Amino acid sequence: MSTATEHTEHTDGHEAEHHGLSDMQYIKIALILAALTAIEVSTYYVDFGPFFMPTLFILMIIKFVIVASYFMHLKFDNKMFSYLFYSGLLLAIAVYCGFLATFKFFIQKG
Amino acid sequence: MAETAISHGHDVGHGAHSSTGMSNNKLGMWMFLGSECLLFGGLISTYMLYKGRVNEGPQPDQIFDIPFTSVSSFILLMSSLTMVLAVSAAQRKDERNMNLWLVITALLGATFVGGQVYEFTAFYREGLGFTTSLFGSSFYTLTGFHGVHVSVGIIMLMALVGMNRNKRIPGDRAEVVELVGLYWHFVDVVWIIIFTLVYLIPS
Repeated sequence: MSTATEHTEHTDGHEAEHHGLSDMQYIKIALILAALTAIEVSTYYVDFGPFFMPTLFILMIIKFVIVASYFMHLKFDNKMFSYLFYSGLLLAIAVYCGFLATFKFFIQKG
Repeated sequence: MAETAISHGHDVGHGAHSSTGMSNNKLGMWMFLGSECLLFGGLISTYMLYKGRVNEGPQPDQIFDIPFTSVSSFILLMSSLTMVLAVSAAQRKDERNMNLWLVITALLGATFVGGQVYEFTAFYREGLGFTTSLFGSSFYTLTGFHGVHVSVGIIMLMALVGMNRNKRIPGDRAEVVELVGLYWHFVDVVWIIIFTLVYLIPS
């Protein structure tokens, strides 16, 4: 019993020490994030027309997920951490979308 | 028996682990970050609601300096890279590089906060005070709260460097650095949202 527990603990600790990517891979991810930020900023100077808002939202979500998955190690860590974080995030989005809807935020003002 | 094995086994070096096999410290930090989503969600949605409510004072698109804020955003984004490199060095037990990356992260964070102070000062001179309009109140509250979070992160980073030099970090050092890193990256992801919703999307 105790041996099994000890083994599990040791295995988890071992994984914890080696999860993640190499330094060079982190630098490559940072370069991707920098490029995405550059595209975001370009929307201020270049007219994206009807694609303006979708482009910004998609880029924002991609950057968020990349940082959370790779820099915060959610991709490699125990899934429980992902559930905790994303449930808080989704709860916040649901609550405040409801809040904004009560103030008719999403209705186009003509 | 199992309890004895946990308290005397590998667990000692890796902080308090629960019977689920997860670190209690990390579990606590992730729960805290999940609750922080609700805090910033409230501040962001209040700003979205009030950004068009300008009875007096400048409008958002009249005062925002997008090139300046873009550079600030880039600096904060790169501080996430230096932070993850510090965590990586801590996991390799490379103390010298860990301290170096932690100090660089703190410096980049301080540069970001300095930029925010400059921005606030410039906005105030252009006529946007905290009580000038609902836009001003919600803008300063949102970005101010974020700035305070970055400042707390800088204090945590410098405390970590100081404690490491004095060999006073309790438990597993790599995990402690990772916990501070999680907080720092969270501050970064919040800014990713603020930068898009507040600065890049016009009122």
